Amino acid sequence: MNEPQLTPLPLLLVFIPLASAVMTPLLARIHRSLAALTAQVVTAVSFVLACVLLDRVAEVGRVVYWLGNWEPPFGIEYSVDMLNGIVLVLVSFIGVVVSVFARESVASEIDEEKHPFFYAMFLLLFTGSMGIVVTGDIFNLYVFVEISSLSGYTLIAMGRNREALTASYNYLILGTIGATFILLGIGHLYMMTGTLNMADLAKLLPPLYKSRVILTAFALFTVGLSIKLALFPLHVWMPNAYTHAPSAVSSLLAATGTKVAAYVLLRVMFTVFHPNFDLNVIPVTRILLVLASIAILAGSMLAIAQTNLKRMLAYSSVGQIGYIVLGAMLVNRTGMTGALVHIVNHALMKGTLFLAAGAIVYKTGVETVEGLKGMGRKMPVTMAAFTVAALSMVGVPLTVGFVSKWYLALGALDAGMWYLLVVILASSGLNAIYFWRVVDWIYFARPSKELESVPAGEVPWSMLVPTIVTAGLCILLGVQADLPVSLAEQAAGLLVGGAH
Amino acid sequence: MDELILGKYNYWVYVALMMIGFYAVIAKPNLIKKIIGVNIFQTAVFLFYISIGKVEGGTAPIVWDQAVHYDNPIPHVLILTAIVVSVSTTAVAFALIIKIKERFGTIEEDQIRDLRRTPTGEET
Repeated sequence: MNEPQLTPLPLLLVFIPLASAVMTPLLARIHRSLAALTAQVVTAVSFVLACVLLDRVAEVGRVVYWLGNWEPPFGIEYSVDMLNGIVLVLVSFIGVVVSVFARESVASEIDEEKHPFFYAMFLLLFTGSMGIVVTGDIFNLYVFVEISSLSGYTLIAMGRNREALTASYNYLILGTIGATFILLGIGHLYMMTGTLNMADLAKLLPPLYKSRVILTAFALFTVGLSIKLALFPLHVWMPNAYTHAPSAVSSLLAATGTKVAAYVLLRVMFTVFHPNFDLNVIPVTRILLVLASIAILAGSMLAIAQTNLKRMLAYSSVGQIGYIVLGAMLVNRTGMTGALVHIVNHALMKGTLFLAAGAIVYKTGVETVEGLKGMGRKMPVTMAAFTVAALSMVGVPLTVGFVSKWYLALGALDAGMWYLLVVILASSGLNAIYFWRVVDWIYFARPSKELESVPAGEVPWSMLVPTIVTAGLCILLGVQADLPVSLAEQAAGLLVGGAH
Repeated sequence: MDELILGKYNYWVYVALMMIGFYAVIAKPNLIKKIIGVNIFQTAVFLFYISIGKVEGGTAPIVWDQAVHYDNPIPHVLILTAIVVSVSTTAVAFALIIKIKERFGTIEEDQIRDLRRTPTGEET
């Protein structure tokens, strides 16, 4: 294995957004529009840096930065390999897309004097997500989890309805309990090993696998992360939070928030702990497979029953998170590839859907599924993007949804669990039911009286372009799937390469 | 047996406190009381961290000629961070509760649930 390369790039990915978050309210005093501009520039710079970093990782294998030049395990280490390299590019890309979309959307949904603070919180949430992914120190990870959560609570509470406040409060209570479980898990690991560095923990833990303290630590991590991940049945905070948050915030959280938590779950289960621990010491993969299967089916069924568009999308996310967990818990390379590709693909699909939902609210104020009747004639481009993403959610060939389902199905067969195919197929059918209903209404139903009076026309360019770009990627990466799949395969090799 | 109960009493206290806090979060309908529960829950974890840093007969981990055998300072440092997080969480929660009181007129969870169920529009 190559020596990891020392470079300050990983630090910049966290430092630039963090410093800018603090500066945003000050810059907004010079000119109002600077707040939104800062967010766009910072996320764009982060995206470019993340791409450079991923390129470097593809060359050398692992890139690290030692804070204060303290060598690990004494100092905090930022460490990027193929797995978090991919997630960094994804999170920063969604950051760019949403911050471009946010300018007009936020202007219509949030009081003007709050805008600078909105963008400050937006950048803090971005900092937290990037930090969680980039860090190689497990306590530092907890700090970033809390940074992203606290800014997330604030952003959700900025929603227009008063329900946004209770949604945010409930998320705060559950999120804090989840994060405290993680903190307690870290304490248990530290107590046994005396280290907080993930790579060092991975070395020191194997002789201790039978220890009850380590088992407790693992259980605490799994439950705490499942709350953050909104894995069924710990998803109760999510539908309300996504429904009532401002459109831009729902898009960002739905596309990146749970994906980052999924990354942490994979990191803890397969890097900090060896895959053999998950398979042989405690039956955690079995338990999570069952929960993931239930999540896939229950999430899709609950989505059918919803009348609010964003709530329907949120329940569908519950199911999609099930896919990610399902693929990972098969503990083979194909399944893990499917899970990692689905992390990227679901971010693109759900990002598109939530952006389109935000555009609909901006233009017509419609929030219900029924209100979409006849929308295809009013906002043809946005609805085309929505339809592409909806087809992708169902898993139609030539879309990204098909690619990830294909790998998940192959992974299930590799693991000899053919009955999981039934779950995957059944849920595709359920997805088809609730998305077909919507697509049917969009194009073939008569618009309601209120909608009839809205003149046909699209949202401003700054909202339309992000939606088109993510929808375009849903097709592009579905047709030309080689790049994401080959990267995901390398990352999957890192995670489950040594499993048996 | 004595070793398990008396020798590790601080761990028992931490578990008991944690469960008390957890109970309050689940059972109390008042939003402020829930936050108090969360605080007790978090404080229990702080106690756990301080306990694991203690070395038998150790002194404070400071530069001092008698500090040959000293406690592990790292859990203390870690928990300072966690305390800051806990304070921030409480502050955000209180801000939310004030807003909830303004817009719902109550901070009792069951009453808020009733208000949300009735579709009457809210007075601006």
